[in-house]
Amino acid sequence: MNSLVPLFILIPLGSAMIMSILGRFIKNFGKYLITLALLFLTGITFHLIINVPEVLVYKVGGFADVGNIPVAIYLVIDGFTKILLLIISLVGFLVALYSFSYTTQYTAERKFYILFSLMLAGMYGMVVSGDIFNMYVFLEISSMAAYALVAFGLEKHQLEASFKYQVLGGVASMLILMGIGFIYWQTGTLNVADIATQLPVGGVFIKFVAVLFIVGFGLKAAIFPFHSWLPDAHSSAPSPISAMLSGVLIKAIGIYVLFRLFFNMFALSYELSLAITVLGVLSMIIGGLLAIGQWDIKRLLAYSSISQMGYVILGVGIGMLVLSKGGSQVIAGFAIMGGLFHLLNHSVFKGLLFLSAGAVEYRTGTRDMKKLGGLAELMPVTSGTSMIASLAISGIPPFNGFFSKLIIIIAAIQAKYYTLAFLAVLVSIVTIGYFMKLQKFTFYNKDKKIWDKAKIKEVPFSMALSMILLAVLCLGMSLLAIPQFRDIFLQPAVKALIETVQYSVTVIGN
Amino acid sequence: MKGMSIIVKKICQILAPVIFLFGLYVVAHGHLTPGGGFAGGVIMASSFIFQIIAYGSILPKLRHEEHGLEFLESGAILGFLVIAALGLILSGTSIFFAEFLNKGTAGNLISAGFIPIENIVVGAEVCAGISIIFMALAVFKDEVTK
Repeated sequence: MNSLVPLFILIPLGSAMIMSILGRFIKNFGKYLITLALLFLTGITFHLIINVPEVLVYKVGGFADVGNIPVAIYLVIDGFTKILLLIISLVGFLVALYSFSYTTQYTAERKFYILFSLMLAGMYGMVVSGDIFNMYVFLEISSMAAYALVAFGLEKHQLEASFKYQVLGGVASMLILMGIGFIYWQTGTLNVADIATQLPVGGVFIKFVAVLFIVGFGLKAAIFPFHSWLPDAHSSAPSPISAMLSGVLIKAIGIYVLFRLFFNMFALSYELSLAITVLGVLSMIIGGLLAIGQWDIKRLLAYSSISQMGYVILGVGIGMLVLSKGGSQVIAGFAIMGGLFHLLNHSVFKGLLFLSAGAVEYRTGTRDMKKLGGLAELMPVTSGTSMIASLAISGIPPFNGFFSKLIIIIAAIQAKYYTLAFLAVLVSIVTIGYFMKLQKFTFYNKDKKIWDKAKIKEVPFSMALSMILLAVLCLGMSLLAIPQFRDIFLQPAVKALIETVQYSVTVIGN
Repeated sequence: MKGMSIIVKKICQILAPVIFLFGLYVVAHGHLTPGGGFAGGVIMASSFIFQIIAYGSILPKLRHEEHGLEFLESGAILGFLVIAALGLILSGTSIFFAEFLNKGTAGNLISAGFIPIENIVVGAEVCAGISIIFMALAVFKDEVTK
């Protein structure tokens, strides 16, 4: 057993508590601690991806299995988990760096970093846990921290958004807990790998539980009919938190679990795969169309998140459909790889877009595009990085978004879903439309507004540095399309999902 | 918040220590009898809440208490994590949450390795947590009525 595994939960949770005690006496203790902790965890993640290719299974407490029944709480790190760990650590580190200057405007800075660490602990626990009930516990930890962080500014609209998020999040948690209860009643176990071997194949029971999970995790991931909380919550939160929520949280506690359970726990069925894919396509189209009409920068970005998550689900959903019909493993693998690649890319460019929106708000005090304009000369770093992220998310070569969208579209054509391929191209054009709107009304359009040049200047160093690093990543992650890098980062994740039954064999060994 | 009548105050004065002691008993025997850290912690917190309701409260003083309890709560969670991490270091097996103490004889008060210690830490954490929730509500009510 690799003793690095529990560190992913121990370090963020421990630093939250240390900060809560020592942060009272030492000024700015929290920011340094969490930034260093995330840097360390990023290092561990890279070490695991590059040097430890096998699946890591860790039994908490070291309890041995009793007659083939796993008693201990399992922590599992396979290829798919590693991708999520990479996103959480890397984007989390850059967001923490950005927060250095950003949070000075708040009076309760210490509490901001405590909640931030708790949210990270919840997300790490969620992806590392191999046990469905512990997933639920960590889901609640990260959701509670997220509710508090959305309302952190304590203004009226923030409290309202947080309340809406809490109500819908509460409904989601209840449905998930109900699903877990049903599964425990049927199988008598909570270990994902063990459940996979115990669950009956087909039948009404499976469909009922699957629908509970689709609705529950769909609410957490803001898939189309369940998306109504996201534009409010993600636009009202402080900008670093928006980047974290949109870039990481909806993936770690929504999309990740959905895919993990539907590939590795339930047996793949055509109807459920179709349902997930249809929801993905609907959120892709409707999120995109709703984004066009927005005038609030962060609201536009929030709707765009719904649309881009649709791409991820579309890619992986095509893989599910092909696999459930018994089609070619190669095509399914290609589609899933496209989806996961887009998931990785989206966290980087959406994080960057939210951070640059935060930078604009930090200097000008408004997010309304009708009141902005002509900032390109005054804030060159913000404008440049925002432009790079916009190009990347719209799928312009040579940025990373182009390659992931290309792979998804090629996979859709190979799998003979021509309509889906066409829709993906169409929504991509819509995407470039609303991002050009954002660029024009925020950074260009010079005649519209004369800014006070003494007041509006470039953001402080730590914010600029973090945005530049993310912009470099937007370009650098295109390299993942090259086979050598793809084999290290993406192929293990695809392998973990595509070999559906192999998961329980590797984890519990029967 | 205003206090209640002399009868309530006197009864509370007699009962509150007993309730607290019972909470301590439940926490200490967590590994032997039903109950444990969580249940005992709630009983201990109820003794504090009982006193605040009976005697009333002064807002600034309540705030001060709340800060102290926050300290205890974070410290307790940290203690829990430290014990779990000690298993990683001391048990010689590098396993998180591994047993590193002598298990003793089943049924004795001092037995079951680190489980009684974890129970005590959980008891402190729950006691502090429940009291903080109550005090936050009391402070909120006082601020609204003012």
